[in-house]
Amino acid sequence: MNIKQLQNPLIYMLAFCSGFCIMGIELLGGRILAPFFGSSVHIWGSIITVFMLSLSLGYLLGGKLSTQNASLKRYGLIFLIAGITVIPIALWSADIMEAIFIAIEDSRYGSLTASMALFFIPTVILGMISPYSVRLLVTDKEKSGQVAGMLYFVSTLGSALGTIMTSFYFILLFEVNQIIYTFSITLIILGVIAIGMNQYNQHASTSLARTVHE
Amino acid sequence: MNNILKSILLCLLILPIAGQAKIVHKERSLYRNILVEDMQHLRCLKFNVKTSKTNQSCLYKNDPQRLVFNYTKLLFSSLLINDNPQRILIIGLGGGTMSNSLHILYPTAEIINVEIDPAVIKVARQYFGFFENEQITSKEQDGRIFIKRAALKKEKFDWIILDAFNGDYIPEHLLTKEFLQEAKNLLSEQGVLSANTFSVSDLYAHESATYKAVFGDFFNVSNHKNSNRIILTSQQPLPSGDILAKRAQALQDKLVPFDVDIIDIMANMTSTKDEQDWPESTKLLTDQYSPANLLNQN
Repeated sequence: MNIKQLQNPLIYMLAFCSGFCIMGIELLGGRILAPFFGSSVHIWGSIITVFMLSLSLGYLLGGKLSTQNASLKRYGLIFLIAGITVIPIALWSADIMEAIFIAIEDSRYGSLTASMALFFIPTVILGMISPYSVRLLVTDKEKSGQVAGMLYFVSTLGSALGTIMTSFYFILLFEVNQIIYTFSITLIILGVIAIGMNQYNQHASTSLARTVHE
Repeated sequence: MNNILKSILLCLLILPIAGQAKIVHKERSLYRNILVEDMQHLRCLKFNVKTSKTNQSCLYKNDPQRLVFNYTKLLFSSLLINDNPQRILIIGLGGGTMSNSLHILYPTAEIINVEIDPAVIKVARQYFGFFENEQITSKEQDGRIFIKRAALKKEKFDWIILDAFNGDYIPEHLLTKEFLQEAKNLLSEQGVLSANTFSVSDLYAHESATYKAVFGDFFNVSNHKNSNRIILTSQQPLPSGDILAKRAQALQDKLVPFDVDIIDIMANMTSTKDEQDWPESTKLLTDQYSPANLLNQN
């Protein structure tokens, strides 16, 4: 059995997990901001605005990036970097929010600034995953719509599950930072798996080429 | 005798309309449904239409000074620890009846009411006679933000009343150890903090353990007739039973107009030093772990 056959299922699984993590983090955003910016309606306004904005930019950048030497290795790197940029949310959110709380009196702009500071970078990077996945999955123009549809299905299903699991169960069982670290580690491991698979594929194809030459 | 006759007459007058609640005002605010209902001589503020247990605030239309709710009466137990509060902070306005009563009792005290929902402030002014003047102010803000900002300004309060409720219960971020620590830092040297809580859910143990971790031993003030429990904490060590009894005697007459029987309330106070009714291993509520509304289901 060729390991290449596993590549597409792996990409779908990764897209599922990124959807799961994005919404899990977004949901925890409300919890993270509440001690400094309260639980007024505008807290969710700030969080959703920042996530939508970051995702939209991420789609744009991911699409652009996929035009140059798209590979499973680079795809894995996106996950790896996303996982690393999630860590500051757990490590420094209190200090960051305190500084913003002191600097900005109006809690609407305070929460918007804090959301930007905490969630903008990781969410932009997570947003790059969807278009990049499409690039790796599509081989046939005729099926491009079908592939994109399947991908949206999988990643949005992941988002739905990430939302419900986090809000119904995770917050009852774990601390906020434990959940954030778990998301981070999951993304990093997935990235490493993708990079590893890329290396294996390359190795397999070079040795295949060698056998053909002999 | 005359009084009995009067009340019989009153009953006869009221009976035909008994049980008929008239909705005086209804609105959907940013946070909740608000309902003002008139029932006989009572006017009540409700945050949720379907259940009757969610009365947030009530007053006697003909005698607004007299307090209706048991839990508001129980809050007066705080005066047994500090009988002359000059700066009072109330988180969660409701109908504003507490603010009004405290102003009558302490005309020179500064009272700050903090309420997240502007519609509640409006309804309190319009339908419950909530009034503001040089001493009494209301601020439209999340309670936690107010307390954090007040700490930056190094403000102090002699009495903090935590009475913020959303439709279900107290918002999660107002139940955590970090929040209680922030509130404690605002207390003056003789300051007291009293919190209105419920005693009928899994949350009871978590809440109790969290308060104890921040304040040390506290008084549970409850009345067996209902499910409210006031957590009464203090910056100073808790006074002994003898001292409480003496203070209750001294306060009794002063509180009669509010229909508060402070001696009776005192009899229902228990210290967690003598009686701790939750397991030692109970997990504290923190900003990291506060699934309050999920724990509040039973």
